[in-house]
Amino acid sequence: MSQDLIKLVEAEYQDIRDSRPDFGPGDTVNVHVKIKEGNKERIQQYQGTVMQRKNRSTNGETFTVRKVSNDIAVERIFPLTSPNIDKIEVLRRGKVRRARLYYLRGRKGKSARIKEKL
Amino acid sequence: MSGIIGRKIGMTSIYSADGLNVACTVIEAGPCVVTQVKSDETDGYSAVQLGYGERKEKRTSKAMAGHFKKAGTTPKKKVVEFRNFQEEFGQDVNPGEEITVEKVFEEGDFLDAIGTSKGKGFQGVVKRHNFGGVGQATHGQHNRLRAPGSIGACSFPSRVFKGLRMAGRTGGNRVKITNLRVLKVVPEKNLLVVSGSVPGAKNSYVILEK
Repeated sequence: MSQDLIKLVEAEYQDIRDSRPDFGPGDTVNVHVKIKEGNKERIQQYQGTVMQRKNRSTNGETFTVRKVSNDIAVERIFPLTSPNIDKIEVLRRGKVRRARLYYLRGRKGKSARIKEKL
Repeated sequence: MSGIIGRKIGMTSIYSADGLNVACTVIEAGPCVVTQVKSDETDGYSAVQLGYGERKEKRTSKAMAGHFKKAGTTPKKKVVEFRNFQEEFGQDVNPGEEITVEKVFEEGDFLDAIGTSKGKGFQGVVKRHNFGGVGQATHGQHNRLRAPGSIGACSFPSRVFKGLRMAGRTGGNRVKITNLRVLKVVPEKNLLVVSGSVPGAKNSYVILEK
């Protein structure tokens, strides 16, 4: 009963949620983030591997994207239903055997590869 | 001060106009019924008493049953008085009148939420009074990591001062959180979404003051 009332408040963001593609850990995604500079708005792309999705099916749902650029690894956490995310493109489906890919942190190069799901 | 009585539903988050994720609490506020109107002439002060939530007839004492009958309503679970209600509310209210959430609050208002905090049982000074503890696990600390330390001097004053902060029952107090912003009002479901947290467990009563 009380959960229904919370769902009612969260229903406002259902459209945004429905517009997001289906993706999960191991997938390579390209996230288009809206960035405000003064009163100008531009879109920045951030591409990497999804490490995890947290707090599924709530308004607080987030996903972590890891990318390695110039030998420096960056992990960025995005709220799924954020209006600041313009769109999410799924570039590649990865075959992984766990929900949280923390093991990627200790690896680089060949051992950090993820097999493609065909 | 006008206000309404409600029930805490739970927490979630919504996005503000500039795209920030804001933590918020969902409260089922009202509908309440005016059970008594107190005035300067008859009671020496001005106030309005509101009732919220249905109570079984057989669980109502004779005295309270009579009180509710006088107002022309069914017995209510929670009864709260709001001082100087009508001045803030802007219009006169009469016993038996229904007060709904949209009559009291609108988006952007600030309110104070009063609830009974969650009981935590018997707790030590670190949790209860935010003492620092020892801060070291080594250098002779055996089982003193979260101990309060000295509670006073020696032969003078030969006693422990009254009110010294010590371990004990924690939580379960009446707590007021001030200046919570109303993010949303949903009149069809009597819902109120306020920024931040509200004291108490889910389903506990919350008094909302404007």
